[in-house]
Amino acid sequence: MSKKDLSLLVLILVVGTVVALINPRFLFVGNLSNTANQIGLFGIFSIAEAFIIIIGGIELSVGSVIALLGVLFIDLIVNHDVNWVVALAMIVAAGLAIGLVHGTLVTRMRIQAFVVTLCGLLIYRGAARYYTEDATAGFGFGASFPMLEWLAAGRTNILGFPLPHSVVALAVVAVIAWVVLHRSVFGRYLFAVGKNEEAARYSGIRTNRVIISAYVICGGLTAFSAILIAMYTRSISPAVHGSFYELYAIAAAVLGGCSLRGGEGSIIGVVLGTVLLQVLQNLVNLLGIPSSLNFAVMGTVILVGVLGDQYLVQRRQRVGVAKGREQASVAAAPLERVKVE
Amino acid sequence: MSEPFLELIDISKSYPGVVALDHVGLQVSPGEVVALIGENGAGKSTLMRVLGGVVEPSGGVIRVDGTARSSLTVADAIKAGIAFVHQELNLFDNLDVAGNVFIGREPVQGGPLRLIDRKRMYADVAPLLERLGCDFAADAPLAELSLAQRQLVEIMKALSLDARLVIMDEPTSSLTLAETDRLMRTVAGLKAHGVSIIFITHRLNEVMQCADRAVVLRDGRVVGALTRAELSPAAMIRLMIGRDLKSLYVPPAAPPGDSVLEIVDAVTDTYPGRAVSLSVRRGEILGLAGLVGSGRTELSRAVFGIDRLRGGTIRLDGEPIRIASPRAAIEQGIYLVPEDRKGAGLLLDVSITENISLPDLASYMRFWLVDTERENENAVRQRERLKIRAPDVRTAVGSLSGGNQQKVVLAKWLSMRPKVLIVDEPTRGVDVGAKQEIYGMLRRLTDAGVAILMISSDMEEVIGVSDRLAVMHEGAISGFLDRSQFSEHNVLQLAVGHTIEAEGP
Repeated sequence: MSKKDLSLLVLILVVGTVVALINPRFLFVGNLSNTANQIGLFGIFSIAEAFIIIIGGIELSVGSVIALLGVLFIDLIVNHDVNWVVALAMIVAAGLAIGLVHGTLVTRMRIQAFVVTLCGLLIYRGAARYYTEDATAGFGFGASFPMLEWLAAGRTNILGFPLPHSVVALAVVAVIAWVVLHRSVFGRYLFAVGKNEEAARYSGIRTNRVIISAYVICGGLTAFSAILIAMYTRSISPAVHGSFYELYAIAAAVLGGCSLRGGEGSIIGVVLGTVLLQVLQNLVNLLGIPSSLNFAVMGTVILVGVLGDQYLVQRRQRVGVAKGREQASVAAAPLERVKVE
Repeated sequence: MSEPFLELIDISKSYPGVVALDHVGLQVSPGEVVALIGENGAGKSTLMRVLGGVVEPSGGVIRVDGTARSSLTVADAIKAGIAFVHQELNLFDNLDVAGNVFIGREPVQGGPLRLIDRKRMYADVAPLLERLGCDFAADAPLAELSLAQRQLVEIMKALSLDARLVIMDEPTSSLTLAETDRLMRTVAGLKAHGVSIIFITHRLNEVMQCADRAVVLRDGRVVGALTRAELSPAAMIRLMIGRDLKSLYVPPAAPPGDSVLEIVDAVTDTYPGRAVSLSVRRGEILGLAGLVGSGRTELSRAVFGIDRLRGGTIRLDGEPIRIASPRAAIEQGIYLVPEDRKGAGLLLDVSITENISLPDLASYMRFWLVDTERENENAVRQRERLKIRAPDVRTAVGSLSGGNQQKVVLAKWLSMRPKVLIVDEPTRGVDVGAKQEIYGMLRRLTDAGVAILMISSDMEEVIGVSDRLAVMHEGAISGFLDRSQFSEHNVLQLAVGHTIEAEGP
């Protein structure tokens, strides 16, 4: 765990303690379980987003993809009697395909990721609304998928705590993502491409392939979370379902130490970032703050967090420079940099 | 020569634990060209920062026009007429020439609206353009200018500030031979107008060409000052490193073998009508000289698979091969040390270890995961082999000096098995000591059977290191030279597209 992750954890504990002191209901099992469920659902697509941010891209269509694929999933199993296992596979495949298209447009057509995924945001939202004719998609009376519902939205009692299965799913995804990002060769490539695509290419890395893979992974994970979210909400109004989720994801990634310039980030950080966002959401509810202020509170905390981080980084750099001087490296430093200071 | 208008007396600067400048003295008279030389870390940059008012000396006196003070501020330095032309130019790609010259002090009109007075700006630039003999217009977009032309824009900026002293920090490190020549004439022109110049460079022949005297720094001290009459490369090198340097050239241990890399009628996008053919033999360093823009870097990029070849074939050990990507080139054992070290060679804020293993990560793989232990062991080995000076292999390469950074780029490829190594400007921005070590490493590689193609614009290097030379001119080879024919004159003749007279050996 890096220093950055640790300080985020401390921040979470501080916020949690304060909320618990003001309103002890925060620690009620029911409340904790519900918050955990939210963390599980939001954590998965936040990790998806982190893959893109680490290679220096951005993915804005997460929320719309969650709406479109959620609608399609429910439609497949409710109205078309598709076996839910097959439907799940189809939806994840669709997510992978969306990622493939985005990645291809970004690399081969050289369109900026922001533009590609902004168009995606608009297109998928529109498609979802058109597909359902703007009606709410949901499970009719009698429609029941006990196994699927238990798997996706159930909870298992562990030592008296009803652990939501979404948390289990997040844990599995996070562990795999952590190994892939921080221990595997492919993860090294992801960071290298994010840091300096040109140098990565000169080192023989197939940078386009790496970038496309990142979008494909992001699409697949987003599709998976779309199914969990659909099963949790059980009804989807395509106009609002999942809206702003991409911003939650970006916020969690940034809080967790990802740099929007690429090449930086950690999975633990992203998970902790998600936890903090959900605790804040819970705080707004529990402290009786008008829920209309929800976003404002979140924005303020992120801003303060990033400012604090910046302050710490600069202080560390100053200390680092002083140390560097002792190591006699100062004379070789470029002139310009000192001037900027 | 007239009285010095600027005097640095006994300037010292110490940082905790290190003395960057130790009682350094320097005088500059109007119209004088002073070369400031020394290895990286000798204190040149710190001294120039004192002059620019960025660093406050811990001791000593700075006397400008007879007024003595203990330090300068940036404003003082500008008022005293001290201007910098930096190694990495501080210009704006998206502005035109005049906009760059007057950036931050644009003439304004329209009262409180503060609109830019374009007419006056262009009118003010015109005399400067003429004075420097520029071949571009005041409204030329900067993006369309060559590096050498941009440097002239920097110099115009200095002159428009009424600079009396222009400090040029390695101005020729990215210039072609012809452009360097032109810069030398510009320096002479400035001198004739009474402008003084402090010229910082690693290229000693330039010092020979333009300097009135040279001041040599080593370890923060002035270790010698050479007058025009005393100037010689040998004398300068002796002072810089404190010992005599043997001649650069080390002959190969064995005569070169068969052709390893053969480039046959290669056509690149830059020169669609021209084809290049050359071959590099086992155990030799083939120098590739020519002006920047003659197509050398483009050729190397195409051979390495960065760009597509438009035509022609590449043969490795006699077999035609297809190279569609750097990956394919690397698999064949063809490696490139690119010209742009920071942009294309390294991940600057990543450790030495991870930089070295990057092209070969697959071989450190166990069950898809990186075996960091073996990765580290290799980095430690390479650090010793190449004498990379860093406290630890976990150090980020961005904090290393240019020479050590270049060694890390080399280490990337040396950990693998090179057949052909293409090095593009291998010692640009590298100090004298590290240069020698890099040359030594190249020679050891060829002795081990590697074929090296060395692209270089540094005349000393081209002539001093190569076993054989190819010279390019506008996208084609204008001639080959054997060591017996090596001379600055011959290389320049071929580089500008002339042929050399057939001389008997």
